[in-house]
Parts: sequence; structure tokens; C-alpha cells
Amino acid sequence: MSDPILRLQGVHTDIAQYHILHGVDLEVPRAAVTMLLGRNGVGKTTTLRTIIGHWPARAGTIIYDGADITGVKTPDRARAGIGYVPEDMGIFSDLTVEENMTLAAVSGPLEPTRRDRIFAAFPPLRTFWTSPAGTLSGGQKQMLTIARAMAEERKLYLIDEPTKGLAPAIVSTMAAALRELKTMGASILLVEQNFAVAKALGDHAAVMDDGRIVWTGEMAELAADAALQDRLMGLSMEGGR
Amino acid sequence: MTDAPDHRPTMAALPFADRLARAMPVLLVPILLVVGFLAIGNPSSWLTLTVSGLAMGMMIFIMASGLTLVFGLMDVINFGHGAFISVGAFVGISVVLGLAEWAQAPSLLLNLGVVLLAVLAAMAVTGLLGWAFERVIVKPVYGAHLKQILVTVGGLIVIEQLIHVIWGPDEIFFARPEMLKGAVTFWGAALEKYRLVAVVIGLVLFVAMRLVFRRTRIGLIVRAGVENGEMVEALGYRLRLVFVGVFIAGSALAGLGGVMWGLYEEVITAGMGEEMMILVFIVVIIGGLGSVEGAFIGALMVGLLQNYIAFLEPKLALISNIGLMTAILMWRPQGMMPVVKAK
Repeated sequence: MSDPILRLQGVHTDIAQYHILHGVDLEVPRAAVTMLLGRNGVGKTTTLRTIIGHWPARAGTIIYDGADITGVKTPDRARAGIGYVPEDMGIFSDLTVEENMTLAAVSGPLEPTRRDRIFAAFPPLRTFWTSPAGTLSGGQKQMLTIARAMAEERKLYLIDEPTKGLAPAIVSTMAAALRELKTMGASILLVEQNFAVAKALGDHAAVMDDGRIVWTGEMAELAADAALQDRLMGLSMEGGR
Repeated sequence: MTDAPDHRPTMAALPFADRLARAMPVLLVPILLVVGFLAIGNPSSWLTLTVSGLAMGMMIFIMASGLTLVFGLMDVINFGHGAFISVGAFVGISVVLGLAEWAQAPSLLLNLGVVLLAVLAAMAVTGLLGWAFERVIVKPVYGAHLKQILVTVGGLIVIEQLIHVIWGPDEIFFARPEMLKGAVTFWGAALEKYRLVAVVIGLVLFVAMRLVFRRTRIGLIVRAGVENGEMVEALGYRLRLVFVGVFIAGSALAGLGGVMWGLYEEVITAGMGEEMMILVFIVVIIGGLGSVEGAFIGALMVGLLQNYIAFLEPKLALISNIGLMTAILMWRPQGMMPVVKAK
């Protein structure tokens, strides 16, 4: 593998008295989508939160774009080019859609071409541009979270379950937007429980269990091997759409 | 570009009941004005009491705005906020007493000049004190509410004692600048000049704060940080610096409120800030923790109600604000305009 955008080496993370990550080793290649898979509660969200810096790594190192960022604070990781879309979406309900986007464009005003691209991917955001984000539906809020990530040029996106609980039509919109990010050359580490989406978007996959990476390889290889899926995750993707 | 699937929602008007529920906190002040007018009966008395209530409310709002933001942004309960009110009053009034010739001259320009200098000195000192207070006392206890209460109360006591050491143990009586004494007559009502000035200063500050919060990036960061600080940091903003800035600004505003309250009462004591904190906390709680607009409405209601009740039923004035807080919290347990915090 060529020089990865992100490399985790033996990362351990504790939350209060709980030891959640037990030495995560992971490489995220450049300009590709890496799926982070596994059963509920195995540490996928904790891994993303450790990478962005919300929870400190107790041990191990995080190398991003050739630099050790293990001790770097969250805002500096973000300014170095890491975009984060949390599982709870993290939108600012009291702010309008426009204000959410303005805030997301950290380095200056939102460029018109970028805004038009976002409107093309997510038409409802144009309709609700001046409405408080708290009044949006669940699907529209999720669109806003991805749109917010697109407001700024990022090298690496950490995206946590972007299609969770969404209607099929909205899932298609989200998948289209993620594909758009991918074609723009971004590197994406994506936690996703919807196997159809994972299969369609993923280039590489890493499977977690009990706070460790237990398998890494090509997404196509995992998608084609039902026995492997069953062994790694206790379920098969064959039933997925 | 990939075509998005068809998903084009349309806007629909909210039902009247929903719109009324949303607007109710804002409507409470006019409703209180009308109820007060009907209960008092005499228009000139009502007008005098209303201006007095609004002036009191504006001064409480100035003191409360910083406290509510500090709580909203970093979940910090700062009982030491009262110390900034007292220090602001002592510094500001020292300037007024030091420039007694200007203060007692029958010149509006000189009088306003001395008030302006007093305000600037008070805000500078309390802003600096706020910075030191945050670094030494608040920073080590982030995320620990019980410790915050204990150490900030300790800080309040220490600063009050320092006031005794510097300015002496006695209360200080003084006279307002010459042109701010007395009253003007309007519609048969005597309106104290200073109270009118306080209303204008409070309104200007509120409008300025709203503009900052709605029209500037730093305002957006503060509003977003109150709701979900973790996400603000994940976007690339150093919330810790923003918080320190808000703490300093909030302390300086408390200092401004202290000078204004001192000029209002024409007497200052080391314990005045601590006494004011009861009203300040009531305002912050009924407004909704973290909400500047809520604190503004809450402050006006506290000021108006206290003045109306003191006129109508003086014995009830002492408990009117506690009664107001109880009623508001029974109606909206999170306060009138709560900030929806992220989980």
C-alpha cells in the first residue's frame, strides 16, 4: 500500500473506567473509501472519536498525513484537514441552515461554486436555507451534516453511520453525495451498518471486534465471502440489498 | 455530478397555536405591562413604576448576560460573578469621587464624561480580574460542578475581603453626577433621569449583543458552542479561547452593571454583588440557561414585577421574584427560551 493518509498503531482508548480500544492498528489509504465494520459496541465510534481527538488515546500513535497527531488538540486536527460527521449528526439546531454552513466554512466565506454543488446534491437545503436547522426532518439534518463536511476542502473524512434510520430515498441521496466526495479525491473512513451502501461505496474494509481490528482487506473480497462475513461479524451481507 | 433522487419538500405555515407557544415568552413582557396598568389604575404612577422596573431590569440583564453565556458555553457555574459586580462598582465610583469637580459641575458633557471614564475603568479592571479568575480558579475545575460551586464561592469571599482591605469596611455613600439627578415630567409622571439613561444603555447593549450574535462569525461560534461545543471544536474552532473571551467580556459587563447599580442606589458595599446574585440567578434560570434573549426577557419581568408589587402590596415584594421563578419553571421547567444542548 502507498503512503496512507492515516495510520493508527496500537491505539488504546479509555472512557472513564472502561477500556474500549485494545490496541487498534489501522491504515486508511488515500483517495479511497475505507469501511469500518463490526457489530454494535465493538469500538467503531470510539475509534473515530479518538482520531478526531474527542477522546484521548491512552497509548499508541496516530499518524495523519505523515505527522504524529496523537497529542494534537481537536481544532488543530480539524484545521489540518480532518472532517468529522458524528453519529448524532452534531448539527446546531438553533442556527439556520445557512449559519450552519457559514460556520462549517472555517477558512472564509462559503464559495458560490461549492454552495451550488451542495445544493445540487441536497436540494432541500436550498428550500430550508434560512430555516432553523432544528426544524428539519431527520433525513434533511443528515444531508446538512454531509453538506457541512463538504463546505471546506478536507483531506480525510470520518463519517459515522450517515444512513442510520433514514428512508430509502434519502439513503440514495446520501450515497450519491458520498460517491461525489469520493470522486473529488477525498479519503473517507466510513462506519456504516447498511451493507448495501457499504458494498456500493467501499474500496477497502476493516472489521473490528472487542476494540481491535480483526480483519482488513478489499471490500469486494469481504462482500463476496458470506462465510467470512459470518465469521467476522456474525451475519451475512448476502441478504442485503 | 450525480443526480439526487427526487426529494423536494415545500414549506407549510405553522398552526396558530404553535406560533403562539413560540412567541409567548416575548409576549409576557407586554402582557405584564398591561396587567400592571390595569392593576395600578393611575397612568402616571404606572409610567413611573414601569420606567423604574425597566431600568432595574436592564441593569440586572447586563449583570446576568455574561453569567448565562459562561454556563451555556462551558457548563461552568460561577458563584464568583457577584465579585465582579462589587469590584466594578468600587472602581467606577472611585473614579466618580476622584473626579468630583467634573461630577458636580452643571455640565452634561462633563457629567457624562466622568460616567464614561468610570464605566471604562470598571470594565477594564473587572475584565482583567475575570481573566485571572478564569485561569486560577475556574480552569482547574472544568466538568466538576460541586468543586466549581465551592471554589467560586471561595473566590467571591476572598475578593470581597480584598475590597474591605483596599476601600475599607464601611459602605460608601455618594451623589450622582449633577445632571443625572432629579426627574423629568412626562404625561404627569416624574421619571428619574438616571433611570431613563439606564434604560437606554441597557437597550443599546442588548441590540449590540444581538447584532454580534446574529451577524458575526464569533457570535455564531458562541451560539453554536452553547449548543454543542464538541462539534464546534471538530469544525476547527478553538472553543477554549472563545470561552476565555466570553468570560472576560461577561466579567466586564458585570463590572458595568456594578457601576450602574451603584449610581442607581447611590451607595456601594462589598457585599452588593453577592446580594444581586440572587436576582441574577433567578433571571438566568427563568430565561433558560445559556440564552441571552431569555435572560433579557427574564430581567425585564423581574424588574417590572418587583416594582409593581412593591407599589400594590409592599409585603409581597420580597417574594415576588421567587414566585415568578416558581410559576415560570412550572410552565417551562427548562426556562422560557432554553438552549437545546447536544447529548
